Amino acid sequence: MEEEEGLHQLQLLDTMFVRGLKRKCFDGEEDIEGTLAGFKALPSYNLQRQSLLDMYLVKLQLCHMLVEPNLCRSVLIANTVRQIQEEMTQDGTWQMISTQSTGQTSLDRLVSTDILCRSSKEQVEGKLVQGYSSFPKDFEDTQSQESSEILSTVTSGQAPRSLQSNMWEIENPQENRGNFQKSLDQIFETLENKTPDSVEDLFSEVDNSYYDLDTVLTVMMGNTKMGHCDVLETFPSQAPTNSNSNCKSDLNELDHIVEILVES
Amino acid sequence: MAGAGGGGNDIQWCFSQVKGAVDDDVAEADIISTVEFNHSGELLATGDKGGRVVIFQQEQENKTKSHSRGEYNVYSTFQSHEPEFDYLKSLEIEEKINKIRWLPQKNAAQFLLSTNDKTIKLWKISERDKRPEGYNLKEEDGRYRDPTTVTTLRVPVFRPMDLMVEASPRRIFANAHTYHINSISINSDYETYLSADDLRINLWHLEITDRSFNIVDIKPANMEELTEVITATEFHPNSCSTFVYSSSKGTIRLCDMRASALCDRHSKLFEEPEDPSNRSFFSEIISSISDVKFSHSGRYMMTRDYLSVKIWDLNMENRPVETYQVHEYLRSKLCSLYENDCIFDKFECCWNGSDSVVMTGSYNNFFRMFDRNTKRDITLEASRENNKPRTVLKPRKVCASGKRKKDEISVDSLDFNKKILHTAWHPKENIIAVATTNNLYIFQDKVN
Repeated sequence: MEEEEGLHQLQLLDTMFVRGLKRKCFDGEEDIEGTLAGFKALPSYNLQRQSLLDMYLVKLQLCHMLVEPNLCRSVLIANTVRQIQEEMTQDGTWQMISTQSTGQTSLDRLVSTDILCRSSKEQVEGKLVQGYSSFPKDFEDTQSQESSEILSTVTSGQAPRSLQSNMWEIENPQENRGNFQKSLDQIFETLENKTPDSVEDLFSEVDNSYYDLDTVLTVMMGNTKMGHCDVLETFPSQAPTNSNSNCKSDLNELDHIVEILVES
Repeated sequence: MAGAGGGGNDIQWCFSQVKGAVDDDVAEADIISTVEFNHSGELLATGDKGGRVVIFQQEQENKTKSHSRGEYNVYSTFQSHEPEFDYLKSLEIEEKINKIRWLPQKNAAQFLLSTNDKTIKLWKISERDKRPEGYNLKEEDGRYRDPTTVTTLRVPVFRPMDLMVEASPRRIFANAHTYHINSISINSDYETYLSADDLRINLWHLEITDRSFNIVDIKPANMEELTEVITATEFHPNSCSTFVYSSSKGTIRLCDMRASALCDRHSKLFEEPEDPSNRSFFSEIISSISDVKFSHSGRYMMTRDYLSVKIWDLNMENRPVETYQVHEYLRSKLCSLYENDCIFDKFECCWNGSDSVVMTGSYNNFFRMFDRNTKRDITLEASRENNKPRTVLKPRKVCASGKRKKDEISVDSLDFNKKILHTAWHPKENIIAVATTNNLYIFQDKVN
């Protein structure tokens, strides 16, 4: 049943995006072809955009623990997130969202929920099962001494289900505006705390990026409590054993190997 | 040279064969990940997610069966790559075969390159149909004879035996890629080849495994600035110093290795300006190029992005000369396709032998062909329902919206789990190999 509803929501979203994006100045009172039960008016362009941002951020955080993430996919998603963010900055939407002090304790904030950073068996059924990539993981961290500060979590048995229900919420903004708005607030608050280039921060020093991940995923999870799990750190593999390789890449590889050694 | 049909006659495609398991329950390891004909078309290789390579050989044409060309039967099967574990990163390295490329035949043996995410291997496939008999010091079963029992000497002779096809790894090219290898391409000099991962392209010599030259490196000094990755690369078919690589931003760069050792600066940049009326949040994702292939002539190249196939003239950089829509009806479904991850599917494309027709796959086990001369296109389906040999395939049609005619399929009924990502066209004949998830279909044109 839920799947059918979900499909319905997706079809709705498709309609939303097709129509919304063709008309920049959107009139929310317009009729749409084919009414859907319980749906009164087409959401605004901004709402569409925000829901997309949500989806993109979630996808960015999902990762497959065992196999190395797909860099191309991560880059494409990240670019689109950046695009949305820039647009929102220009629109002034960014400033419109007030920073709520959520009163979260620091422990809550520090939950890294690579919730889905587990093997695919443990991932959510349905839409989120695929192996997604976690962009930050793939990056060589030049300041990896902070990696030891990265917090990790354990997924509770509840987690997959509540995440899935949150995904449905995202796809049905009309019915769950309350949750949705709260989710967005928290995302924006996090992002707003950073520089305008905060999206880049997702890829920069690992602790910051995980901080962002934390908040986003905390939001997604609806503040489910988390525990600890190991967060994998990626480092570049050995330099190619060839004397003719680019000296620059050799040096980079060496730097990273030294970092690993220093860290341990 | 077979083309799309001379004199205005369209080809009629017929089912020929299907290989693979029948049941719907697809074993992960059986998922086909690459398909490639060799240079003569006699051999057809497939690679799968389980790291295996299966080679089919076309049987010699039978004079009595003049109504069809030879069938493809299994010639050799071997395990090319095994799963590995990268201890430094604590990550698995998949054994899935990403690409297979054949070398031109130089002697009795066949050679191919196969690659997974990290390691490329050169395989030699050779036949053995004779064995020596009549050793003086060994019995027939291999046991050594006591030399003192030998009273006469004889010369060993070769006697025929059942054909045995052996595959042996001759070279292993490893440890040169930090990121996942997405393409390999053999140079027209038949001595060197390229391998590309997301950020770098390396040049190898087929004889040398312990070093490679890095010729393209788009990794930014600061990884935060990464916005573009390499998606495919190919050597020019005739010019041994020219190659192209495509990117996730929808651009293709042509590089000349004679210009400098590191080809970070392109000689040509092919990019089509974006159509503002089609702009959406998914624009960038769907513009990412998943495959690039030169025409056999070397004059054109074809690129595949999510919704279209584009033909570029190498002499014109600012836009393609031809654009074919593969499944435009999906443009309004991009959000769903993003949600179910299908928007990241990497479709391949291929030319026919005369460069007059191009082919690519789609969803619902549909595949599409575009005739560049007649400007006609056709949609066909790879399905076991039409599995009688010489059954002509019925053209399919997808109804985007509105009233669905009889025999049409509506967009919402398409099965997005049934995708055709890999197709190959025989270099000389009208024979095509189309891979569904775990089956390989072979179609031929109708021979009267």
